[in-house]
Amino acid sequence: MFDYATFKLIWWLLIGVLLVGFAIMDGHDMGVGTLLPFVGRNDLERRVVINTVGPHWDGNQVWFITGGGAIFAAWPLVYATAFSGFYWAMMAVLWALFFRPVGFDYRSKIHNATWRSTWDWGLFVGGAVPPLIFGVAFGNLLQGVPFQFDDYMVSTYTGTFWQLLNPFALLAGAVSSAMITMHGGAYLAHRSEGAIQARAIRGAVGAALIMVLAFVAAGFWIQNIAGYRITSPIDPAGLSNPMSKSVVREAGAWMANYGRQPLLWLLPALGVTAALLSAGLLLARRTLTGFVASSLALVGVIGTAGVSMFPFIMPSSTVPAASLTVWDAVSSHLTLGIMFWVTMIFMPLIVIYTSWAYRVMRGKVTVAQIQANEHNAY
Amino acid sequence: MISEQLVDLSRLQFAVTALYHFLFVPLTLGMVWLLVIMESVYVMTGKTVYQDMTRFWGKLFGINFALGVTTGITLEFQFGTNWAYYSHYVGDIFGAPLAIEGLMAFFLESTFIGLFFFGWDRLSKPKHLMVTLLMAVGTNLSALWILIANGWMQNPVGAEFNYTTMRMELVNFWALLFNPDAQVKFVHTVSAGYLTGAMFVLSISAWYLLKGRDVEFAKRSFRIAAAFGLASACSVIVLGDESGYTVGEAQQTKMAIIEAMWQTEPAPASFNVIAWPDEARAKNDWAVSIPWVLGLIGTRSISREIPGIFEIKAKNRTRIVSGIDAVNALEALRTNPSNGAAKEVFERHKADLGFGLLLKKYVVEMNQVTPGIIERAVSDTVPRVAPMFWSFRIMVGLGFAMLLLFALSFLSTVKINCRQKPWLLKWALWMLPAPWIACELGWFVAEYGRQPWTIYGVLPTHLSVSTLSVNTLYGSLAGFIGFYTVLLIVEMYLMVKFARLGPGSLGTGRYAGEVSHPDSAHA
Ligand code: HDD
Ligand code: HEM
Ligand code: HEM
Repeated sequence: MFDYATFKLIWWLLIGVLLVGFAIMDGHDMGVGTLLPFVGRNDLERRVVINTVGPHWDGNQVWFITGGGAIFAAWPLVYATAFSGFYWAMMAVLWALFFRPVGFDYRSKIHNATWRSTWDWGLFVGGAVPPLIFGVAFGNLLQGVPFQFDDYMVSTYTGTFWQLLNPFALLAGAVSSAMITMHGGAYLAHRSEGAIQARAIRGAVGAALIMVLAFVAAGFWIQNIAGYRITSPIDPAGLSNPMSKSVVREAGAWMANYGRQPLLWLLPALGVTAALLSAGLLLARRTLTGFVASSLALVGVIGTAGVSMFPFIMPSSTVPAASLTVWDAVSSHLTLGIMFWVTMIFMPLIVIYTSWAYRVMRGKVTVAQIQANEHNAY
Repeated sequence: MISEQLVDLSRLQFAVTALYHFLFVPLTLGMVWLLVIMESVYVMTGKTVYQDMTRFWGKLFGINFALGVTTGITLEFQFGTNWAYYSHYVGDIFGAPLAIEGLMAFFLESTFIGLFFFGWDRLSKPKHLMVTLLMAVGTNLSALWILIANGWMQNPVGAEFNYTTMRMELVNFWALLFNPDAQVKFVHTVSAGYLTGAMFVLSISAWYLLKGRDVEFAKRSFRIAAAFGLASACSVIVLGDESGYTVGEAQQTKMAIIEAMWQTEPAPASFNVIAWPDEARAKNDWAVSIPWVLGLIGTRSISREIPGIFEIKAKNRTRIVSGIDAVNALEALRTNPSNGAAKEVFERHKADLGFGLLLKKYVVEMNQVTPGIIERAVSDTVPRVAPMFWSFRIMVGLGFAMLLLFALSFLSTVKINCRQKPWLLKWALWMLPAPWIACELGWFVAEYGRQPWTIYGVLPTHLSVSTLSVNTLYGSLAGFIGFYTVLLIVEMYLMVKFARLGPGSLGTGRYAGEVSHPDSAHA
């Protein structure tokens, strides 16, 4: 159907789509988790907040799981190198995520204030920690990660966990945290009313402003950061072997794609304007469009990170030639092809039945509803 | 060289996290169909008690499901975090079913489980039933895809090694999909899950009946569980026997170990019902065996031989020797891809590459290999006999015990006299842990029996790990054990609490002991 080079490119896009899908879907319930202790002032209010995502968080989380699976299938070397290199960061994400299924499902099953507030903080951790870590991880990808391969393609990570927490990466973490908080606030504003809604809007607007500031600051900073550039000729249709190229590090290399293709500036512009727009719409109580705008902001921000690095996925700071790119860290032609068709069939189905599920559960979640519906509500 | 301690700890961590995941998986797989059955009866008859049954058992199902999800996430990422070389080496094949599982199964089950719990008042009866059904299909599809991945580890079909990319690559997707190993694994494992679900409902219903509470509710639950369980017990045993039927080399090795069959016997081989295998002297101190039976089960014929452990080892020795040439040729090709002589040698020996790699546990370069090292590698190719022998027998024994229990329970429900048989109810109660024990032992047999390989005959376990420090592994293992212990205590506490509360926990006003118990009100 498509040749190998085209599939490699398509898979870069598809992984991007999955990451954005993850941020939009799982992101909004992580944002709600982050806001939970602050917008819900008593048990009933917190139950309202939790029940806005109650029926959906599990399905949304599958974006994360499928994202992991898709990286495994399409970019096995990235899956192997990144997750073993970022070992402790991954453990922190996994352990934070442990709090969510149990938090949602078990919290309201027992009538005890300590029990419930423990799980509320658990839901906060499960919502706040993963986006922070993903942001920090992106910040590190942009600077390059210390790893190398031996003759057998065994990867070794030579950095430490603490090295990941450098200033630029923390700034990226702030962008990501604020972005997800904004998004969760926008969603919550749409599904709640009264005091909860007012607090959600305040949270979302504050987060949107922080996000824009941090994102713009990172944009200036990145021009001075050493990016990566391939100096040898590339064979996009070649067998996947990251050791057959040469790469240099040079300041400003991450801006090169924008020079070549000025239209790409639309992505960072979208990130900034859509976030500001979302804040404005929320203040005007236009919650649904506010949520859509905030989703577009995620597209802009994540897209910016992706196109800045293209074709790199995971540059190596110790042996730049070993960097992983969309051309040489991918699966075979056959696997990419099969997975492409599987995705084309199932992705639309998923979008359809997920939308149906949201339609069935549509409307505001209110305090009165929780009181009347003790039996089914979380 | 890779530290052996690192390998052992990585294996231990995988074993702990996978066995823990599989405490919750079988109950999900089985209960979901019981919910479908109960709800179908509700939709057909309109009797509220069946809706209450769906909702009450659904509540317990939800408590279990939460931990199934929690522990599954760990596994999805653990291949990358702890088995990085494995992920690189076989990701081209192995990653695909994992990703398909997400797209096809996890989205389905996880989206519809939300509607299952929250949709009662918002969906019509048939629509809600459809939601439950789709959730059931989702869970079972997830088992299918993960077992296709797992079956490929036992019998790696449809793939070839590529020395430029230094990994296995997919050449035939259909072979992967229709791998006979994956098919038998799927049916045996889901039947085991069905049996687990049936046992769970049967035991707890038996307890209500013993206590004489919520009798109408409990009797109906008991009846459905007994019928479903009887069918599942039959299929788990028939299909377990199918698992035993030799497919692929991994299975031949396992068969010899499970049966403690040291020497190849003239066909048809006899079956050791019970024996005392002595590893050191490589023979059984004593054995009670039935002539012919193993030959019949293992080959479905009376004339084909089943290889014994000695014969398997002898064959592996030649493959290891041939593997040395494969490794040498591969290393030459890695330095100079256009080395024609090396290519020619490699093509001749590449089927044994994995066997050559077994030696990497002991040496860096193949010229350091001595006959002593080859002997060690040969003895590595066969896991220890006693743990396999006993685990398998306990699994099978429990299988037959459950078959008998379900048969008697089913008869008693047909005669509508289960309440007059407290001994049967007590037996049903005490058998509650049996399917979990059988499942865990089954996985032990399947996975430990595959050692020393992660991908049978292709990739040795000790090469598969991530290059992490031993302390890192101690740290994460401690973290997992800590988290999982706390989570298990919380889960068991809630499970026992709600099982004790019984259908009264629904707060409908129709069941024992409810009225205004403050804890009973929440779903
Ligand atoms: C035979 C069945 C089976 C087996 C062998 C496994 N699982 Fe599993 N898994 C399920 C059957 C299942 C399930 C029935 O679909 C679960 C269990 C309970 C549940 O909530 O869904 C599930 C949940 C589950 C989830 C959460 C999905 C969600 O949110 O819906 C993930 C990510 C995994 N599993 C991943 C794995 C991996 C990577 C495995 C291999 C090492 C694995 N599972 C073995
Ligand atoms: C949930 C059910 C499963 C259970 C209970 C289980 C159990 C185990 C056990 C006990 C081990 C340790 C074996 C040993 O080191 O002696 C192990 C190892 C392993 N299993 Fe499984 N397993 C399960 C499913 C799977 C599946 C579905 C896969 C792949 C898709 C898989 C892949 C592995 C790998 C990669 C290892 C580590 C290497 C090894 O020791 O062989 N397991 N598993
Ligand atoms: C007479 C009864 C049984 C026989 C002959 C039997 C046979 C087998 C065999 C040969 C395997 C190993 C397959 C492999 O290595 O790939 C296995 C695995 C397994 N068994 Fe059984 N079994 C029986 C009963 C049960 C029961 C009662 C349960 C649980 C309720 C159970 C659960 C499992 C599980 C979960 C596995 C691991 C998955 C797999 O490899 O299929 N088995 N069984």
